[in-house]
Amino acid sequence: MPIFSYLAMPIEGAKEALAEELKALSFCEVLPADNVDLLVLVTDAPDEKAQQDLLEQLQKIPSLQSLSMTFGCSDELQPER
Amino acid sequence: MNSNPRDNEVTMNLDRRSFIKCAAALSAVTAAGSIFPGISFADWKRQEGASGMITWKKAPCRFCGTGCGLLIGVSGDRAVAVKGDPNSSVNKGLCCVKGYHSVQALYGADRITTAKVKRNGKMVEVPIQEALDIVAAKIKETIGEHGKNAVAIYGSGQWTIPDGYVASKLFKGCLGTNNVEANARLCMASAVTGFMTSFGLDEPMGCYEDIDHANVFITWGNNMAEMHPVLFSRMLSNRKLRKDVEIIDFATRSTRSSQAADKSILFRPQTDLAVANAICYEIIRNNWVNWDFVNKNVSFHKGKTNIGYGLEDNFQFTDKEEPLTFEQYKTFLEDYSPEKVEKLSGVSARDIKYMAALYGDPAKKVTSFWCMGMNQHSRGTWINNLVYNIHLLVGKISTPGNSPFSLTGQPSACGTVREVGTLTHALPHGAVANPEDRALAEKIWDLPEGSIDPKPTYHTVEMFRALDRGDIRFIWIQVTNPMVTMPKLTRYRDGAKKEGRFIVVSDVYPTPTTDVADVILPAAMWIEKEGMFGNSERRTQHFEEIVPPQGEAMSDTWQIIEVARRLGFEKQFPWAKEDYIGKIWEEYRRFHDNPKHNMAPYTVLKERPGVQWPFVNGKETRWRYNPEYDPACDKGRDFHFYGQNDNRAWIWARPYEPAAESPDKEYNFWLDTGRVIEHWHTGSMTMRIPVLYNAVPSSYVEIHPDDAADLGVVNGEMVKIISRRGSVTMPASILGRGVPPRGQVFVPFFDERYLINEVTLDSFCPISKQPDYKKCAVKLEKA
Repeated sequence: MPIFSYLAMPIEGAKEALAEELKALSFCEVLPADNVDLLVLVTDAPDEKAQQDLLEQLQKIPSLQSLSMTFGCSDELQPER
Repeated sequence: MNSNPRDNEVTMNLDRRSFIKCAAALSAVTAAGSIFPGISFADWKRQEGASGMITWKKAPCRFCGTGCGLLIGVSGDRAVAVKGDPNSSVNKGLCCVKGYHSVQALYGADRITTAKVKRNGKMVEVPIQEALDIVAAKIKETIGEHGKNAVAIYGSGQWTIPDGYVASKLFKGCLGTNNVEANARLCMASAVTGFMTSFGLDEPMGCYEDIDHANVFITWGNNMAEMHPVLFSRMLSNRKLRKDVEIIDFATRSTRSSQAADKSILFRPQTDLAVANAICYEIIRNNWVNWDFVNKNVSFHKGKTNIGYGLEDNFQFTDKEEPLTFEQYKTFLEDYSPEKVEKLSGVSARDIKYMAALYGDPAKKVTSFWCMGMNQHSRGTWINNLVYNIHLLVGKISTPGNSPFSLTGQPSACGTVREVGTLTHALPHGAVANPEDRALAEKIWDLPEGSIDPKPTYHTVEMFRALDRGDIRFIWIQVTNPMVTMPKLTRYRDGAKKEGRFIVVSDVYPTPTTDVADVILPAAMWIEKEGMFGNSERRTQHFEEIVPPQGEAMSDTWQIIEVARRLGFEKQFPWAKEDYIGKIWEEYRRFHDNPKHNMAPYTVLKERPGVQWPFVNGKETRWRYNPEYDPACDKGRDFHFYGQNDNRAWIWARPYEPAAESPDKEYNFWLDTGRVIEHWHTGSMTMRIPVLYNAVPSSYVEIHPDDAADLGVVNGEMVKIISRRGSVTMPASILGRGVPPRGQVFVPFFDERYLINEVTLDSFCPISKQPDYKKCAVKLEKA
């Protein structure tokens, strides 16, 4: 059950749009900064598969310029390779 | 009271989960505050009261050479979470995808937790003390039968500083052999020889704070977006904050760094030598030379040319320096006008002039970054010299934002390999060839005079050639995987398997290197032991044992101490398990007891996320050679390049020379190898982390779409890559994250199922002895 947090930078002038797009995704909580074009994103996917799917969805968001990770937590056992 | 224990468990899990989410948000808010001072989050409500569930302890990341400060979250005996350390000036609370999943690398299902010994052709488990007895006996037996230079140790830029220090002390000091090498020879030796020839001292003059001051970043063959992502993020943040920041990606293929850069300039492999000279030509032609700086601080030199490629066993080369005048240097550059170089390099004269103008503009602060692209180069020392030449001509060096910056690839390539000197020619201070350096080591190590051999033996490629030939009979490999990483791999793997060779491997997971081992020792990994790393900006970072080692796993340092004692060197290795790391650090620190390299005391290292050397009178040195910051400089001057005897930095006339092997009619493609952001080196750790494995589950060959069309290959179809050494068949990646130009292919080396180094060539820079993994000739077939 991985939990991550990120700093999400929108493309120029798209902070509101990015916040809405992130909120629309499952397992995402968004905290916009008041005075800088930046959002905090906390994800709480139920398993690694959902986390991977979520990452793929995040990469497709047009208003998102970059995601920088700040926290990661996962204590799942390792699968067989 | 809850009557059902399962309900209690659910409640606890929810509480714990809620707490972790709160910690995740706090971590992001804190990081945002570090990067954007004054930022506010009105909706943020910090939750209190759950702090007892996870305890946080500092450690540097164990992957790349950036040296990000991490806080490791521990629950019970298990590391469960990672956050960037907001107190670390390196990463200010950020980290990359590898760093955030790093603790999962501790818990792979096939972790090596017991020692194994080969008996009757099969590996059998034995108590670790028995395995250590066998290792010590075999060293003694091999020296008795074949001499001291028949035993060797091969370590790593992922060795901690104490690991490398005790390895050097045992092998160089006590056993008297200079058969000590580390895989950092494969990643940064050219950076060392570049620094030594240009400045007389190793390691960068600047620091990461340069990123917050520079207006122009030029990355030389350096995909920082994937290889040093946190530093790249810092560049992007600066561009967002300051508006007058520009990023130029100068590379042989298009990557994520190219996409984020303001300008991407592609050059043909090996021609960076010519382009660097052309930039100097333009700087002089336009009189952008900083004459005041040059006249006071620079001297001009040339060395030998047509220096070979090291392809033959026992290859020898010694450079010969001759002084030049500025006019002679200017004449040398006449072969490198932008128009001439355009034909060779494929870089337009206009782009060359553009880069020269950026370096030459006195109003702009310029930082150049590079890593493997320039170091893994058959003229690696030269290209390092040439980029220094550019900065020296315009005087853009050793001041905030003006920095030629050589990045390292591993967490302690600088700390353990360069500073401790775990290379055949080196000692913790200086070189084995220098009588004074040997005498200092013998004094600190309490050894009789003459214990240390004055003659270097084998650099890494030659060490594995010696193993193949039988000159080396015993090798102990720690924290590295040479049976994936050696170029022209088949020869060296076959050599390691020959009769009469004895291979000891200390590692945390099974690898192709443990496959050739006679003894496998279970190693404590990263935060399962105390240690120090040294990062790319001269920063030493301490970490304590945060979780216990698994099974019988033992730190590499303690393994060496155990063997040393069995060999009769109790006097040199007297420490107790409770405090040996601190004692070793304080002994090691005596080697650097001078204002040019003084290291911080153990107590200071324990307190801080990291400390930069020279550490003098309680103060770190951010910019060397600048008296404003560096206490080793003579006062009363603007700069003092005290490493060279003439107290100047050296500009070298170094020509373009071709690679050892270039495409021809039969082998018509360049092969370039490298890494991806998700995987660390040979993937032995990151391929066991589910998120990273799933993100990039296998290696691939990047091909230009037109070349793929010519081959009749679509994305994912198998392609056979064939060189004069061997072949590998792997899936094609067309218009993926990286796109090479026509006539070039790129393969990441992280996947042991596709051993691309069976294809590569073992040519190396004759000065640094670092192999060129970036250039050889191959042909392609649809499989």
